[in-house]
Amino acid sequence: MSKIHVTTTINGDETELLVRPDETLLEALRDDLRLTGTKEGCGTGDCGACSVTLDGRLVCACLVLGAEVDGKDVETIEGIADGENLHVIQTKILEHAALQCGVCTPGIIVATKALLEKNPDPSETEIRYWLAGNLCRCTGYDKIINAVMDAAAEMRGA
Amino acid sequence: MSLDNVPEHDEDAAAPAGEYRPRDFKVVGTRPLRPDGIDKVTGKAMYGADFYAPGMLVGKMLRSPHAHARIVRLDTSKATALPGVKAVMTAADFPAPRNIEAKDVGHHIMAHDQVLYDGHAVAAVAATSEAVAKQALKLIDVEYEVLPHVVDVDEAVKPGAVIVREGQRNKKVPDGYSDNCSGWYECGHGDVEAGFAKADLIVERSFKTASTHQGYIEPHACLASMGPDGRADLWCCTQGHYGVRRMCAGILGMEQSQLRVTASEIGGGFGGKTTVFIEPVALKLSEKAGRPVKIVMSREEVFRATGPTTSSSTDVKIGMTRDGKITAATAMCRYEGGAWDNWTVNMGVQSAFASYDLEAVKSQGVNVLTNRPKQAAYRAPGTPQATYAVESVMDELCQKLELDPIDTRLKNAAREGTKAAYGPTYAKIGLVELLEAAKAHPHYSAPLEPGVSRGVSNGFWFNFGGETCVSLALNFDGTITLIEGNPDIGGSRAAMTMMAAEELGVAYEKVRTLVADTASLGHNETTHGSRVTFAVGLATIKAARAAKAEMCRRAAKFWGIDPDAVEWVDGCARATGHNAGDFEPMPIEKIAKDSPSTGGPIVGHHEVTAEGAGVSFGVHLVDLKVDPETGFTEVVRYTVFQDAGKAIHPSYVEGQLQGGAAQGIGWALNEGYIYGADGCLQNPGFLDYRVPVASDLPRIDTVILEIPNPGHPYGVRGVGETGIVPPLAAITNAVSRNIGVRMNALPMSPPAIRAAIKSKG
Repeated sequence: MSKIHVTTTINGDETELLVRPDETLLEALRDDLRLTGTKEGCGTGDCGACSVTLDGRLVCACLVLGAEVDGKDVETIEGIADGENLHVIQTKILEHAALQCGVCTPGIIVATKALLEKNPDPSETEIRYWLAGNLCRCTGYDKIINAVMDAAAEMRGA
Repeated sequence: MSLDNVPEHDEDAAAPAGEYRPRDFKVVGTRPLRPDGIDKVTGKAMYGADFYAPGMLVGKMLRSPHAHARIVRLDTSKATALPGVKAVMTAADFPAPRNIEAKDVGHHIMAHDQVLYDGHAVAAVAATSEAVAKQALKLIDVEYEVLPHVVDVDEAVKPGAVIVREGQRNKKVPDGYSDNCSGWYECGHGDVEAGFAKADLIVERSFKTASTHQGYIEPHACLASMGPDGRADLWCCTQGHYGVRRMCAGILGMEQSQLRVTASEIGGGFGGKTTVFIEPVALKLSEKAGRPVKIVMSREEVFRATGPTTSSSTDVKIGMTRDGKITAATAMCRYEGGAWDNWTVNMGVQSAFASYDLEAVKSQGVNVLTNRPKQAAYRAPGTPQATYAVESVMDELCQKLELDPIDTRLKNAAREGTKAAYGPTYAKIGLVELLEAAKAHPHYSAPLEPGVSRGVSNGFWFNFGGETCVSLALNFDGTITLIEGNPDIGGSRAAMTMMAAEELGVAYEKVRTLVADTASLGHNETTHGSRVTFAVGLATIKAARAAKAEMCRRAAKFWGIDPDAVEWVDGCARATGHNAGDFEPMPIEKIAKDSPSTGGPIVGHHEVTAEGAGVSFGVHLVDLKVDPETGFTEVVRYTVFQDAGKAIHPSYVEGQLQGGAAQGIGWALNEGYIYGADGCLQNPGFLDYRVPVASDLPRIDTVILEIPNPGHPYGVRGVGETGIVPPLAAITNAVSRNIGVRMNALPMSPPAIRAAIKSKG
């Protein structure tokens, strides 16, 4: 089974990959590139721990083939902060203690950024439905909602 | 010792020695950013599956498609011959177990001659890639003779039931129960028959709960490397790497010193990561292959072959006077937790009536074996099930006698001096204060909109201490390195850092807390039983006190005065007594800098088997709507009241209460293992085993009370587990009042509620 050559942009860096035809983007990110911030919670698109964006669109990396990202722009949790400056969503997640174990957190942050780029002023209900694809088993979501609303407010004001 | 193996509670456990001293806190009670936070919001934090090693192989396990079967033939020769396969193993590769734990845990991980549950592993391979490993599993030839199975608790307990494993009957089990009954426990006091005779109303009901799963988002993962000298390293996600070391060493016949276990960051556990499922297999494959082996479970494997909860069937009878005084109470708890014995039913039996001050009470329980995976702890193991039954009957009594649910609970509430049904006499506890806070809260007095109903429930958890070591090093620049041995599952590094900073009188930022591997610190009991903030906190405070005492000695030496004439105030040594004012206070930085010439490095440490974990109570209020057309329940308001003793970092205490409530809401309304007629699990994924998502839940408000635990220097009680106990009954009581039918089984999924409404006619 010969591998497929893929040229893609990951977090702004042009990247070349050789992927198996059945290799998911999640496997390519984690096992080939060691970008392990993107987590696997289920492998079936149910938990959202592997949320990344593909040309700005939110996807589960476990449901995308590595070969599909040829010529596309991938953004992962590792690309959210600007060098040593955290993104405001990351800061607000920390300030609101909106994580306990932290394993869903990368996916929540990536999904939130995608939401706020589409809708800078979401209602609590809109946030809850947008994040319904990102399971968190620790927090009961309360502090995550607070963090997202606070981040949205700060980003609107900025 | 895992919590599974805690059979009895020390008579004195609820009445600990007086460690607590009131004080004004500077750091404790504030809300600093957690020290591991940046790694966790940037993707840098390393979880179980994030470790790679040179030459690493991929390990995979072959699992039974049957709930109960005899292995007629198991031939691995074709898999072994496949290019790229470097090792193949079966249970025959494990040596004879040294003890019961190694025997049962090892057997649960890999079947011998019989498979005992759907998903029971029969063999494992290590190969150069995942694709080769999967192909190798297909080449393993297994012939099964399918045997009759039993997965339901009520079926398994009956005489004539399919017997899961011969010879497991416990001698204490009375006649009338099947040979699957591996454990029996009872407790109580007083004359219950006389008590029931005094009652104006007696309600007796039976309840069932489905088995649920902890549902941590991170599947189990490990990387093992064993050399030809028998020395090994293991990296894994676990709630307790010392327990992993003990279990792996026991199963593999190793000396514990030869195995070093490093805990990764942990992506949730809730009790489910207190044992091992893949680690001994990875170690054995690594030994055979001579290369590192990584095993990562799929989500399906997590559901089928880890440690879900017990399912339960419980009878509760409570007698009450017209004015709401309980005259007698009994419970009979039947728990099944898979094909191996466990102690969870004991905790259910002990906790059933722990919230009440009763003259006559009897609580009994039986554990029964089934063809299911070996249950593991799940947040207050055993307690939600028993409490659900008791608190549901309490609500029915209140409804029938037209009594206020909180007033009635207050009338019967346990308090300091109450002899609990499970034996101990309580020290200072906070249940009365919690009930009063709930009664006074705007939630309880808010008018109910049409179609909305309200439910109330108490909850209790023992809390736990256990073996603990902490080492606190003063660096030469005056900063502090705190070494503990418990994985940080929800902010415990922050809590330890805060307690060290508080005790030493230094800034939070001056302390860095690290979690040591098993070779770098003495034994630490697993992160369970809500023990860490209590027990590791206690050891941290005492390690800091040891360091302070040494720093005072160094200052005394420098000043040439008696060490007793030096005290520690605000991060400085100060001369006291008749020397007061003679010397400038000596700050920690100077003592640190001078330490090489005043006696060497300064390290405070503390080792203890912590006792005095104060018991914990909670009260939950819930408002909800039920759609009579669909049976769908919408929770619209939720408030948690819990006694934290002292909330070290209030945000993370709130988070524990909210998370526990959310899991309890899931247990009440949606979650449950669904088995087919073949005894196989039909919903091993997050699509069909539906944990609450963000759009399912309302705001979960929290009210933290601080009734100091006498057994901790700052008054801390564990807070991790109690929050999952009340939701089952609180939601049941609200649904029952809403639809006018008393509900008696979980989960109350829309079809179950529809059926109940229809049954009303």
